[in-house]
Parts: sequence; C-alpha cells; structure tokens
Amino acid sequence: MDGRRRVVTAADHAAHAAGLRVGMPLTKAQALVENLAVYNADPDGDRDALERLAGWALQTYSPVVAADPPDGLILDITGAAHLHGGEPALLEGMIRRLADKGIEACAAIADTWGAAHALSRFGARFGARPVVIIPPGNSAQAVRNLPVAALRVPYSLVQSLSVLGFDAIGELIAQPRAPLVHRFGRELGRRLDQISGHLAEPIDPVDLPDVTEVKQVFFEPIGAPETLARYTAKLTQQLCDALEARGEGARQLDLHFIRVDGRIEAIRIGTAKPVRDTARLTRLLCDKIETVDPGFGIEGMRLIATLAEPLIMTQTSSQEAAGPDLAGLVDTLSNRIGGERVYRLSAVESDVPERSVRRSPALSAVRSGWPVHWPRPVRLFRRPEPVETLAVLPDHPPKVLTWRGVRHRVLAADGPERIFGEWWKHDSETWAVRDYFRVELDTGERLWVFRSGDGEDGATGSHKWFLHGMFA
Amino acid sequence: MAKPAFENLEALRRHVQLLEGSRRVAGVLPFGIERIDARLPGGGLTLGALHEVAGRDQGVIDGAAAALFVAGIAARTEGQVLWCLTQADLFAPGLAQAGLDPQRVLCVEAGDEKSVLLCCEEALRHGGLGAVVAEVSRLSLTASRRLQLAAENTRTLALALRRWGQVKAAAEFGLPTAAVTRWRIASARSHALPVAGIGTARWRLELLRCKGGDAAEFDVEARDGQAGLALSAPLADRPAAATVAARQDGFRAAS
Repeated sequence: MDGRRRVVTAADHAAHAAGLRVGMPLTKAQALVENLAVYNADPDGDRDALERLAGWALQTYSPVVAADPPDGLILDITGAAHLHGGEPALLEGMIRRLADKGIEACAAIADTWGAAHALSRFGARFGARPVVIIPPGNSAQAVRNLPVAALRVPYSLVQSLSVLGFDAIGELIAQPRAPLVHRFGRELGRRLDQISGHLAEPIDPVDLPDVTEVKQVFFEPIGAPETLARYTAKLTQQLCDALEARGEGARQLDLHFIRVDGRIEAIRIGTAKPVRDTARLTRLLCDKIETVDPGFGIEGMRLIATLAEPLIMTQTSSQEAAGPDLAGLVDTLSNRIGGERVYRLSAVESDVPERSVRRSPALSAVRSGWPVHWPRPVRLFRRPEPVETLAVLPDHPPKVLTWRGVRHRVLAADGPERIFGEWWKHDSETWAVRDYFRVELDTGERLWVFRSGDGEDGATGSHKWFLHGMFA
Repeated sequence: MAKPAFENLEALRRHVQLLEGSRRVAGVLPFGIERIDARLPGGGLTLGALHEVAGRDQGVIDGAAAALFVAGIAARTEGQVLWCLTQADLFAPGLAQAGLDPQRVLCVEAGDEKSVLLCCEEALRHGGLGAVVAEVSRLSLTASRRLQLAAENTRTLALALRRWGQVKAAAEFGLPTAAVTRWRIASARSHALPVAGIGTARWRLELLRCKGGDAAEFDVEARDGQAGLALSAPLADRPAAATVAARQDGFRAAS
C-alpha cells in the first residue's frame, strides 16, 4: 500500500516477463495480466522468514550474519571463505543451496556492506552472472557506475536526484559533499561514506532462538592475546556447564569479540562429533585467537553454541582396550585447513580407475573393495597425460613412448586390461574402451599407460595413448 | 674381564643416547629382512623418530617408488596412518595392494608445505597414530628438527616423503636434516621372463644416512602375491652392467 493506492511490492522473473514492475499500481498490473492472482504483502512475515534464513546462513557459513531487509542477507566472511573452498566456491555453493530451497539469489563479495549490497542487487544478474567478487580495495571503483538506487536511500531521494540528473553513484561521489548534504540531508552523505568504507558499518549478527550462550563484559577493554585466551577458557567452562545441564555437546561454537568501535570479530570452530570437553574446546578456540584483530580493545565476549546435539553416554568396557580417539586430532586439523580436506579414501564400484575412489568423512568407516588380481599404481594422474608412442595395433603394448618430451624405451609389458565405458552414466561412453598396459622402461620404471579405443574400431576411442599412473 | 667392559659400553651408549636428547627409546620397526635390519641400529627403523625417503634425482616416476616404500613401512606399523599431502594423486587401490588398507589411512590435503609440516607435527604430538607421512619437497633443518622432537615424545613413526617438483629441487636432498635415516629409492629392472611380460618388481634401496650406523645399498624385490619386500637373489641373467654383476648377494656396503 502506498497511501491509499494498492501497488505491486514484489516481482519475480515471470512477473517481469509479463511487464509488471515494483511500484506499479495494482490496477495497471491487473490491466496488463488477465486473472492476476493478488496476495496482500506481509512485511512482518517476510521479515521473519528473512531472519530464519539468516539463522540458516549463520549455522552454515559464517559466525556474523544479519538480515538486510527487505530482500537480502549480509555475511561477514572474514576467515570463513577458505573453509568452503575459496570465495567463488562459497558463493556458488550458497546460490545452489538457496535454489534447492526454491529461492533465486544473486551474491556479491566486497569490502563494505554498502558495496556488497549494491553489487549483489545491481551488479549481478539472475541466471547469467549471479556472482560478483570484487578484490579488496576496489569496491569504490566497482560501484561507480551503479545506479543511485543501489545506495540504500529512500525512493523519494532517488527520484529527486534523478530529476537533477544524477544517475550513477560515481557522479555523486565526485560532487562536493557540503552542498549535497545541505540539499539532501545527512543520510545521503552517510550512505556514500559507508559504500566507500570511510565510515564503519558494524554488522549486528542475528540471534538464533534457543541456543546455549554465555557472555562476559569487561569494565576495561582488553586486547592482549593471553588475556583473551584466559577469558576464552573461562567462558568455555561456563558453556560446558550449561551444555551439561541440557545434556548436549557442541558441534559448532562461535566466539564473538565485541570491539570498542562496535565491530564484531568472530571465530568459529566445528567438531565432527558433539563435544563437551572444556580442555579440547578451549584449545580449538585458542588456536584461532591469533586471527582476531582487537583494534582499540575488546569490551565484551560472547560464546555461542550455534550447533549442539544430544551427547549420548556410551558404556565402555575395561576389558577391551579402546582404540586411540582420533576425533580430537581430526577436529584440530579440520578447523585449521577445512573440514573437507581431512578425509578417507573409500571404494566405489566402478571399473574406471578415476571413479573407483571416493572421499569419505574422516571419522566414517570405509570399505575396501578394489580388485586385487590386477596391479594398480600408487600414484594416479588426475588427468591422463598424452604420450607419443610406437605401438602395433590392435593389441600390442607400445615399444617406445615419449612423455613430456623425453623418449623412453619399453622393455617389457603386461596387458591389455580392457576397461569399458560406463554407458549407464554417460551417453558418450556407450562404446568407449580403454586398454591398459603395465610397461617397464629400460630405466626400470614401471608405468600404467592406456590406449583410448580397442585398436580396431574408431568408435571406441581416439586410439591415442595416455599415461595414467605410476607403479614403482 | 671382557664382559663388564661390554656392559659399561652398553651403559655408556644409553647415557650418550640420553644426552643426545632421545628421551625414550621407543623400540624399532624391523623390515623382516635380516641383511637390512642388521644394518640399522636396534635392528629396524627407530619408532618415535623421523625418517626421510626420496626418489632418484630426476623423474617423477621414482617418486612413486618412494611412495610405495613409505606405504610399505606405514603398513607394518600398528594403528592409523595419517598421510599429509599437497597434491592429491595418491591412488588408494595401489596403497591397498601395498598392504595399507584404506580403513587405516587418513588423508590430509593441506594447501601448502608449511601447513603440511604443521599438520604433521600436530598429528605426531597426538600419539595415537602408527605413522605420519609428510609429502614435502623442502625440508629445512629446523622443520625436520621440529618433526623429530614431536615424534620423540610418542611412539609414532614420522616419515618425510620428499617429492621433487623440478630436478633443481632434488639437489636439496644433500642438505642436512634431523632425520634419523635417509633413504633413496629407485626402480630397477625386473627379472627377464622367458615369456613376454614384466617379472617381479625390483628396487634399489640406498640407505644414504643412518644415525649410529653406516650407509648401505640393498637390492630388493616384491614378494609374490603379498605385500612386503624380499631381498633379491643373485641372478645369472642380470643386466650386463659391471657394477651390478660384481656385487654379491645383491648388497654391499657403500664405500
């Protein structure tokens, strides 16, 4: 509702295609589209849903997440990107997971809240280019050509600026500030400073409902790493007591450091199994304290168990010797280099070598089911490397092979071991054949080479030779 | 008269060992091959110590031989094995054939060599693992000393598998490290078979450095149908290279 007029408040892809725009009077929209289904806007419901979505992002991606109403989320991904495989992978994964929930999204990474807000809405495009990443220090440059509407100022202000001929943010930044503020108020100046990073804009993270958290407020700001570590230990002890009362163990902990300037520095640790061991959790948290920038001092700390699960007591036997517990080590390593980089290799039923191995979580049980009667190399190239060979078709091993520009003479060979393509996975593999040979060079090295194709029929492969792995 | 002198010598050795900093003699891991074990102080690879393995100077291929040798050693330890690497080109079926079951291998793919070393140190301090393998190309004296110290306090076997990205990097293998033993592994020609095909795989093991022992060379081969190594028997149809033919029993002490 805009005064007494009913207007369109939101428009998706289909609505855009039909010519509907946000701000258009409802009567006009109804004239454009026959039998238009109209629902009343529910700003409170939208806000609640956005808060819930922020809660999901907080648990999944970063310890500092806030709703950016009416239609966005803002995440502080400092120190979180490498755990999700880098910035592009983080954003693409996020958009894919939102799409699974039925939400179409665009995303941007920039130095400031303002720039990220503007770029995700006006720099990115649904579908075609959903992700924009601006390297540090280039944000002010990147928003220069975006429309004034990207500035997070009221619509009336955008209209009056447009009357004066200001279309892009860059034009406004280039103007002398004083007359601009005199004419349009301080809000515009504040937004311009925020987008270029001259004015700090702390993110007040969303609170999850029903989580265990403990707080500590300091009379005097603290900053020394030793002091931070001491209070971290104290808070962890309190949190573990609180978790014990609820019969839970922590799977993910966020430790917020509230700085004097309002910015929140946060560290996050995750565990593979629920944990309530004070010493272990303290150690995991203290490992990361060095990443915290205390600025002019820290005036408060909050420790929140953002993910907690019931901790089930198991009965142990004094007769059987328990194997060493690797969970602690796996947690330490995962928090340092990323959870998906600590893994086990597990067998997959597939004859194609590169598909016969899968990564499994570090604490899961894996099985070994590879063939034992065919020798397999210790090292397998991710991509088979092309080699030049002299070989007799159809089924002889190569006599000479040239790999990376060096010519090797083959003295002996075993093979072929014929591996067929998996037609049930890819259409292109219906006829594909690989003939694997184990060859020994004159220098004693043993290699695993294959010929793509069966040596007779061109449909089975290109008949080129590749080096796929190395025996010893 | 001779006996008490011997006892004194043993006591002196223990004393020197204490002075040298190995706080606890954690035991050894024998190869099960008499000639090799006899060359190593204590009769095997010292547990709770760092051992260094590399391939021959040129060629990525010998890197595979070194990896197989390391896998074979790790397979003979008890408990879990942590394999820390930067390039994920380890092929689990090949490891399984070397006797290292995937249930025992925990892979850690660190982004760079610095984190490989840090992760390995952390794992060595944990103490619950059988062996920790670090795939690195550079290993400074300081870094190796840290690994050695971390290993000393537990029974964990620390194995540094040196991989050369370039031939130039291989020159660094001569630089000193704190490793207790240093091995160079090269693939060797297999036995010629009367029919076409590859015979039993053979390797040349060079023990370049051994704390409290001498350098040595061994010719070994795979054991038929099972994991592990066996000493190569002298053969009539050896390659004609004079140095090889002159060697007896497939092994000699390097001068």
